[in-house]
Amino acid sequence: MEIPTDHLNKMSVAEFDTSKLMINAARQRDQRGLEDVLIVDVDCHHYENESMREIVEFIDDPVLRRTAQVYSGAGTGANNPFMMGSPGSQDVAGRVTRYPLRKMEETPEDDTHRDIHLSLRWMDAMGVDYVMLFPTPMLLLGLHPVPEYEAVMSRAYNRWLTEKILKEEKRLKTMLYLPFNDPDATYKMVQDFGDSEGVCGFMVVSTRYKPVYDNAYMKTYSLIEEMGKPLAFHGSYSWNDQLLGNTNRFLVTHALGFTIFNAVHLCNWIANGLPERFPKLNVMWIESGLAWVPWLMQRLDNDYRMRSSEAPLLKRLPSEYMGEMFYSSQPMEMPHNPDVLEMTFKMINAETQLCWSSDYPHWDMDVPSVIWDLPFLDEKQKKNIIGENARKLYNLDVSDRFPNYQPPV
Amino acid sequence: MAKELFVSKADELADGDRKIVPNGNYEIGVYRVNGELFAYQNVCPHQGGPACEGLLMAKVEEVIAEDKTYQGMTFNHDEMHIVCPWHGWEFDLATGDMVADRKFRLKKYDVVEKDDGVYVTL
Ligand code: FES
Repeated sequence: MEIPTDHLNKMSVAEFDTSKLMINAARQRDQRGLEDVLIVDVDCHHYENESMREIVEFIDDPVLRRTAQVYSGAGTGANNPFMMGSPGSQDVAGRVTRYPLRKMEETPEDDTHRDIHLSLRWMDAMGVDYVMLFPTPMLLLGLHPVPEYEAVMSRAYNRWLTEKILKEEKRLKTMLYLPFNDPDATYKMVQDFGDSEGVCGFMVVSTRYKPVYDNAYMKTYSLIEEMGKPLAFHGSYSWNDQLLGNTNRFLVTHALGFTIFNAVHLCNWIANGLPERFPKLNVMWIESGLAWVPWLMQRLDNDYRMRSSEAPLLKRLPSEYMGEMFYSSQPMEMPHNPDVLEMTFKMINAETQLCWSSDYPHWDMDVPSVIWDLPFLDEKQKKNIIGENARKLYNLDVSDRFPNYQPPV
Repeated sequence: MAKELFVSKADELADGDRKIVPNGNYEIGVYRVNGELFAYQNVCPHQGGPACEGLLMAKVEEVIAEDKTYQGMTFNHDEMHIVCPWHGWEFDLATGDMVADRKFRLKKYDVVEKDDGVYVTL
């Protein structure tokens, strides 16, 4: 395969192998003895679009299934009515080569799904034991103008994922995609799949225009709280958004986009007193990095002190509720001054509330050493963040990988 | 005396070529570009990715007119960049400096051509 390196030249690449690409991660794993440490990745991805022909067979509605079959096959040359795209350049215009090259990667022609083979390759290289697996293009499906399309597609995806992937490989789990634009379909999804094997919680993609305080969601929050599973909000971006549409360099679209939608939902979550209404519901914020949390803690506390009448359900400062929420670590900002990061860790109670995530194979992925090598963490804190916090949060049975597992002391 | 690592026969590293050779636990990436040789450890100072396995690309520059208006972008082939494939950090081929933040750099090695061979000094 050839990748253009400028407007005239190309670099040719003969093969692509995830294990080879990640060999330096495997070396880090061995140097740090990470094989002996429980590592749970709370956010990684596969490319469900590559399995779309299989997935559409799980659509119940006969008319929509036929429509999806047409577009997931050779296509018609027209736009696919199921996918809601956004322009973007996540791979820095091909510089992050695993994007253009992934199609070249060979996997054994056996009964194991290609996505399982590919996932285990990078997991083994990093020393990861279990992951929460999420889709990729579907992270933009919340922008679809028709809620029915999101509901139908996500239901088919969830059926396929639980039956064809999670059942087959116990190291792969998920927080189930919820079609949040349709509150009733969201509730039914939790009801129908909440107890399925490998479903450790529920995930709402933040990039959408539905406020979390809507009364229509309260029964779903109650049900999830009752189940004792966490609810996560996963960041993404939309260059079509009116505000983000003012950015012309994708670095800005990304830096803001992956944070701003989660920021809006988190503020609404707090100001409407949802932590008081659902005190046992664990909420997690995924893929917004960490620097946004101290920003909002200070901003919300400051406004709340002056305007507490607008958030009368709150009994404490917003930052105190935020310090009880869970956060995924990636993409973790690395300021030159480590004091800045250390203070952020203190503010979010990282020792119990932070969960490492890779986001692999996406462009801004983090390897476990970003946590493991931090100079201000002790061994217990490292182990908590890299695996134990997630194990506890999901009540994960790790006995197949660690028969005598003991939480770090 | 400094140890030398044989990279390749001189005529097997043509202009524009890159060769990655094992050295202990890691590898060294050796480049010949515009007649000059460069060698760097294949470990990125960011998260440890195999920087030398990525693309070699010209520096991107903005074209700004006299009146400060933006006129597009262009490639500057006088400054070539090694682009790490893990996340896209770019390194100046001539110095190994990370171009966006020169506090970071690739580990550089001396590299010479002699007796029809290319050698890295360890
Ligand atoms: S490891 Fe090289 S860019 Fe991140």
